[in-house]
Amino acid sequence: MTAKRRRVVINYFALSFSIGSAVLGIGFLFWILWILVSNGIGALNMDIFTFDGAPPGFAESGLRHALVGQLILALGATIFGVPVGILAGTYLSEYGQTSKYANFIRDISDTMMSTPSIVIGTFVYAVVVSPMGHFSGWAGIVALAIMMVPIVLRTTDDMLSLVPQTLREAAAALGAPKYKVILQIVYRSAKVGILTGVLLSIARIAGETAPLLFTSFNNNFFSTDISEPIASLTVTMFSYATSPYEDWQQLGWAAAFILTAFVLGVNVLGRLFIKTKRKR
Amino acid sequence: MKKIVDFFFENLTKLTALFSLILLVAIMAVLFNEALPAISAFGLSFISEDVWAPNREVFGGFSSIVGSLLSTFIAMFLATPIAIGIAIFLSEIAPARVKEPIGVSVELLAAIPSVIYGMWGLFYFAPIIRDIFGGNGIGMLTAGIVLAIMILPFIAAVTRDAMNTTPDMLKESAYALGATKWDVIKDVIIPFAKAGVIGSIILALGRAIGETMAVTFVMGNVHNISLDLTAAATNIPTTLANEFAEAESGLHYASLFYLALILFLMSFVTIFVSKIYFLRKVRKSK
Repeated sequence: MTAKRRRVVINYFALSFSIGSAVLGIGFLFWILWILVSNGIGALNMDIFTFDGAPPGFAESGLRHALVGQLILALGATIFGVPVGILAGTYLSEYGQTSKYANFIRDISDTMMSTPSIVIGTFVYAVVVSPMGHFSGWAGIVALAIMMVPIVLRTTDDMLSLVPQTLREAAAALGAPKYKVILQIVYRSAKVGILTGVLLSIARIAGETAPLLFTSFNNNFFSTDISEPIASLTVTMFSYATSPYEDWQQLGWAAAFILTAFVLGVNVLGRLFIKTKRKR
Repeated sequence: MKKIVDFFFENLTKLTALFSLILLVAIMAVLFNEALPAISAFGLSFISEDVWAPNREVFGGFSSIVGSLLSTFIAMFLATPIAIGIAIFLSEIAPARVKEPIGVSVELLAAIPSVIYGMWGLFYFAPIIRDIFGGNGIGMLTAGIVLAIMILPFIAAVTRDAMNTTPDMLKESAYALGATKWDVIKDVIIPFAKAGVIGSIILALGRAIGETMAVTFVMGNVHNISLDLTAAATNIPTTLANEFAEAESGLHYASLFYLALILFLMSFVTIFVSKIYFLRKVRKSK
């Protein structure tokens, strides 16, 4: 076999392997999506939104308690996590810029973002649940807020750095102090981007289960009391899916479908926002 | 007045920027503090002791730690070549029409909550493993494969981005010299994108070690080390997820915190190293 012929054959095999692995990997991922859609749609009905959790075998059972609990947890985490993340991102982009210190904070924050979420759960257990003496919605909110900060920080930092420098200079030339430049010029032109980042971070924490397992715990009843254990979509899904009861497993699939539809929907929206933003 | 507000605003943002750093230190300190009873009771031999018996108050982390290393190894072993294959396909082989939709869907799949992967693994994948390899389908092998599928889109997306940064001129020069596509990929693109590719693999490794929900469903939570990969096993996140809310004695809690501390350090080191040594170069080159 000539050297050229050999290279052509190797090329053929390598590319076939690449295409084969792409088909295999993507096939698996679409299989999961298909399972989710086919099971989820079948389990979806109006009862899910109007009834709370019930013992297995009850016809009138739904996910209202989990949906409301999830909403409360996500809202609480947003209230605490987003302002911190935005302000910290503002510091990195507007004050720290590419200084050593700012880059160090970026690395630390990225490390925080990849810290195992279950470790954050144990941390919050130690600092919130233990002193309070019982699981509570507050603990869940704290855990999710901690996870949100680095995500919002990252997107804010990225989005603010897209704002043209000339805009800042123009405002400064008119005599605006730096905080006014940031609040009225930079934030305003990066509005869509920051909002997108916030939305994406909500989608991200909505799918978190591990940090809630021993913070907000679970609650099979409808509750809006944050100082008590509260249900979340993901923990409910976990306990229903691992139960031996068929109707609970069905509810688990319905929860999985709602959650994924929400997460993917937000991600698609966020993509569209950022795309139109970059085009302008 | 302006100066005061300016000063106030700058320092407020500066303070919030410290949040992540403070938290990171606080997590380490709190975990260490909570683990102290177990650390003083078992010392470092906790790591190599494989008996985990809450009823006898004897705790050793070996089975969980080895389980974590093993499940991560299986996942990385399976996911890395396939993910790089996907990345090569997306950046070099796929026709332009297919590139965008498949690329976006791979990125979207990376956003799917891990609990979904776990659920799919339990109901659909575990039975297949059971039929092919025997056992009851719950165990190390299933957990490793589900984990691999979960990190697949993540590695593929980052690797593709790194490969896409290769200047066209470099590739075209190689083609002009008569290189085949594979020659270009192997000798031009991969060397050029090396830092990003290795960084993304290490970052994925850090994620895989700490991933909880994708494995908890299919791991079995049995403190057992066995060469039979189809047997039920455990790893650190699975042990924590299953036992934390139900631990009764103080020593049991402390031992769980000890495990959490070990997990935190393992993922922290991997992620920090990948950030500092590899991905920063990618950031600079952008």
